[in-house]
Amino acid sequence: MPTMTYRQAVTEAIAAEMRRDDAVVFFGEDVAKAGGVFKVTPGIYEEFGPVRVRDTPISEQAIVGTALGAAITGLRPVAELMFADFIPVAMDQIVNQVAKYRFMSGGQFTVPLTIRASQGAGGGFGTQHSQCAESWLMNFPGLKVVAPSSPADMYGLLRAAIRDDDPVIVLEHKSLYNLVGEVDLEAAPEELGQAAVARAGEDITLVATQQMLQRALATAEKLADEGIKPEVIDLRSLAPLDGATILRSVRKTSRLIIVEEAPRLGGWGANVAALVADEGLFYLDAPIKRVNMENALIAYSPALEDEIIPNAQRIEGAVRQLLS
Amino acid sequence: MDRLDKESRTHALLAMVKIRLAEEEIQNLFMANLVRGTTHLAIGQEACSAGVALALSKGDTVTCSYRGHGHALALGMSLRSLMAEMMGKESGACKGRGGSMHMTDKSIGLLGANAIVGAQLPIALGAALTAQVRRTGAIAATFFGDGAANIGLCHESMNMASVWKLPVIFICENNLYGEYSHIRETTPIDDIADRAGAYAMPGVIVDGQDVEAVHAATVSAAERARNGQGPSLLELKTYRYGGHSRSDTAPYRKPGELAQWQERDPIDILAARMYSDGELDPEEFLEIKEAIAGEVFDAVEWAKAEPFPSPQSLEDYVYAAS
Repeated sequence: MPTMTYRQAVTEAIAAEMRRDDAVVFFGEDVAKAGGVFKVTPGIYEEFGPVRVRDTPISEQAIVGTALGAAITGLRPVAELMFADFIPVAMDQIVNQVAKYRFMSGGQFTVPLTIRASQGAGGGFGTQHSQCAESWLMNFPGLKVVAPSSPADMYGLLRAAIRDDDPVIVLEHKSLYNLVGEVDLEAAPEELGQAAVARAGEDITLVATQQMLQRALATAEKLADEGIKPEVIDLRSLAPLDGATILRSVRKTSRLIIVEEAPRLGGWGANVAALVADEGLFYLDAPIKRVNMENALIAYSPALEDEIIPNAQRIEGAVRQLLS
Repeated sequence: MDRLDKESRTHALLAMVKIRLAEEEIQNLFMANLVRGTTHLAIGQEACSAGVALALSKGDTVTCSYRGHGHALALGMSLRSLMAEMMGKESGACKGRGGSMHMTDKSIGLLGANAIVGAQLPIALGAALTAQVRRTGAIAATFFGDGAANIGLCHESMNMASVWKLPVIFICENNLYGEYSHIRETTPIDDIADRAGAYAMPGVIVDGQDVEAVHAATVSAAERARNGQGPSLLELKTYRYGGHSRSDTAPYRKPGELAQWQERDPIDILAARMYSDGELDPEEFLEIKEAIAGEVFDAVEWAKAEPFPSPQSLEDYVYAAS
């Protein structure tokens, strides 16, 4: 099985789908000739040419609206919005148009549209280029939202998103682009809407995504030396939210910590906590704990940026507190 | 030059009368509480939708604003489908999920009316992109108002359509008012068409009350688009006889302004031409109007008796599997 980076998994997924289906087109700012500002899509333009792969003006609303119009008339567009922080620029098109188009037409259209964006803190990009977007996007029926955490998941989930007949927002975490892992290029696409057990355990459940998943896994590894066995759930899909996998784990461990790279108020973890409170309260032996970004913004200075992102120490502290 | 033959003129006349009578009835239905929320009528602007529709071909697509009943009817939406949608019935164009501001009918190329000002423009770009990628020869027309001309997305859409030479016609129905404000208070130029130069596309000012002029301008723009020469901007000078929406009595208008525009009523202009060319007489015209009024009555009565969507269907059409 070949190994590749998370970044290369994006390229391979787009190329594979473009080879498979000539309805797939790909456009965004600097994605074609330059191969993307994060060098995520090199070679796509060269292989598929200027009709199917296009650089756009810096016009996020027009990018999404054009992708929508193409999706409802027979293409299967993949639109890139570069930084996820630019999603709010196109929020009307995403929220009022893309999410609702099938519904408000009474089912006349399907919207097979994929929107990709790069998210997350840790790179020193400052307050407008470092946010995670999934919590903003979960409140809109009609949208699907995924956040892949490994090269294999990126390859599997992005291909699933492109093949899906609903609009899917695929959020890539900047800090993971160089993460290396095995990818089966012949594997079937993943199923959307499924969480995965990233590390099996029995003492406590940690639910996380992407960069926080890496830190949760590192914490679990460290605690294993002391005989503490956390189970780590990779959420993978924010919408739909896979409640069954979470509940199955909490039933086993009786303790839940949610680790999210998002502010506490309105963060996706609140939905996970509510779900467990609603459907799994009597599995619990301790209160649900959330490890979040504090009620502050992501600064440029490394001292402050490092402080706001939940780190291994905070995750470990939460585990110890809940197990004590 | 712009003159249509008798058959096309008759078609346009019927379309305009149908729009006028249907919209007058929609206003009545509001008063009778059979239509909810709000509605935006295009009475006075009928030549815009009728003239453009007549110039489009099968396979072409249209997006428009929430003032979209006229576009739907001009493109061929049935009165029953429209009226049932107005009343939120399952047999409406959008199965009651859309309502007045979201008239959509894929089968006639109407990709949707939109309730967010200007949001329909890039959707037409996408339809045009499909036509370009698939080499279908189809074009996309997008209707918007003078108000939407000041939305940022209007700029983004015109710019990108021009850069990609997309087969799009941007059709600005300049009815002088963006909601309650006169264009002079919101826009530093009188002619939206002036902006076309900034996007390296033709900007054509058209008499929006003259359906034949609208048709001719659309034919030229469509030909240009189909030839791969890219988009055009047509500015149709027109006027809405009513207010912005249901509750607006338009007290902000200058006295006499409405009457002045009503002297150039699009239906009267075409009928007068047909009279003088011996293609129609007043008696025939009266019969046409009575026949269409009968169709409108029939559609309303039919729609009244149609069922609402079942409450169990609440989650239908949110995702593709449903």
